[in-house]
Amino acid sequence: MSFHTTPSQTVGPFLSIGLPWPEGEFAVPPDSPGAIRIAMTVSDGAGEPVPDAMIETWQADPEPSETSGFRGFARSGFEAGDGNYEVVTLKPGAVPMPDGRMQAPHVDVSVFARGMLNRCVTRIYFADEDEANASDPVLASVPADRRETLLAQPTDDGYRFDIRLQGPGETVFFAI
Amino acid sequence: MTTEYVREDADPPLDYPPYRSTALRHPKEPLVYLPHTVTEITGPQLGPARVRGELDSDLTRQHEGEPIGERMTVTGRVLDTEGRPLRGTLVEIWQANSAGRYRHRSDRWPAPLDPNFSGAGRAVTDDDGRYSFTTIKPGPYPWGNHHNAWRPAHIHFSLMGQAFAQRLVTQMYFPGDPLFPFDPIFNSVRDPKARERMIAAFTMDGTQPNWATGYEFDICLRGPEATPFEEAH
Ligand SMILES: [Fe+3]
Repeated sequence: MSFHTTPSQTVGPFLSIGLPWPEGEFAVPPDSPGAIRIAMTVSDGAGEPVPDAMIETWQADPEPSETSGFRGFARSGFEAGDGNYEVVTLKPGAVPMPDGRMQAPHVDVSVFARGMLNRCVTRIYFADEDEANASDPVLASVPADRRETLLAQPTDDGYRFDIRLQGPGETVFFAI
Repeated sequence: MTTEYVREDADPPLDYPPYRSTALRHPKEPLVYLPHTVTEITGPQLGPARVRGELDSDLTRQHEGEPIGERMTVTGRVLDTEGRPLRGTLVEIWQANSAGRYRHRSDRWPAPLDPNFSGAGRAVTDDDGRYSFTTIKPGPYPWGNHHNAWRPAHIHFSLMGQAFAQRLVTQMYFPGDPLFPFDPIFNSVRDPKARERMIAAFTMDGTQPNWATGYEFDICLRGPEATPFEEAH
């Protein structure tokens, strides 16, 4: 390593000037076959909704070997004002660990907001993937009593994944 | 062997009491180590698709008239920790106008808005990893963190990199700003050398005669390093 990284700074309160994308929250158009909504709430250490966050998601294709043109990325939020966020995407396929063991389907998540000097990174796993989750090496590295915070729960049209930045039921965040 | 990205500690702590808003917005539980798997060493390749033309990178030409203030070019290279240029990566910026006012409904301090300045730009790095913006120098502005708090002049930068592990949001500052010693956000980066990496350099070479002053701001993202995955961390 010959160069040192530029440090992170907060996005601050005015990120909605520069970061919204017109179709940001749609990794796929909502009427695509297999499209799912992942609804999220971000709340702080007082249990209050965080209205000025940005959520980014990144994930594998449903069939990782395919070159489908699937964007795999979504960006949601800014200033809806109610702490609710949503992305529309496809359920990811399974991808391997570097050692070849399979991981359960998951979505990488970055949370940015005023008051956060760096992003917080978490992962969405799917509560209806019991078998795959049971053998996922990353989930296995998380204390058993906190794994639940990484499981998106099925709803009528997708999943719900609530993010608690601090306090009771605090979401597991990862050092990346 | 597999690819892992460099893990550095130049980043500020999530819990930093002098910046009051961190109090309820930082996790208290320890972070769980995440190995860099295929999900983390890949990322969205969306640079060119997000930039609609050269007006996106010239913030002085996005309106009928010219914005008030010091016209300047801000250019630099996006590199990784091995010094390799990161090509085709999206750079998004947003900033206050020359009076230190943001075009945002919750920015209410009594400094003038500029009808000819929106304050948002996008660019994609070229084969050398270089990006370039033309804009006006933002002013400092007050904020509510503590009595008589002022932010040093800065431009917000968001970089996608080429991998999820490289994603960075930062702020670019200007050399010699007298507000540095008083700003908790700048000083949340504890290593003085790391703080310097957030300060652009004035360059005479970057100035354009009878047109614009010039600043150079290189940005370094985490680079891949080969490590055996069995290695203890
Ligand atoms: Fe700012």
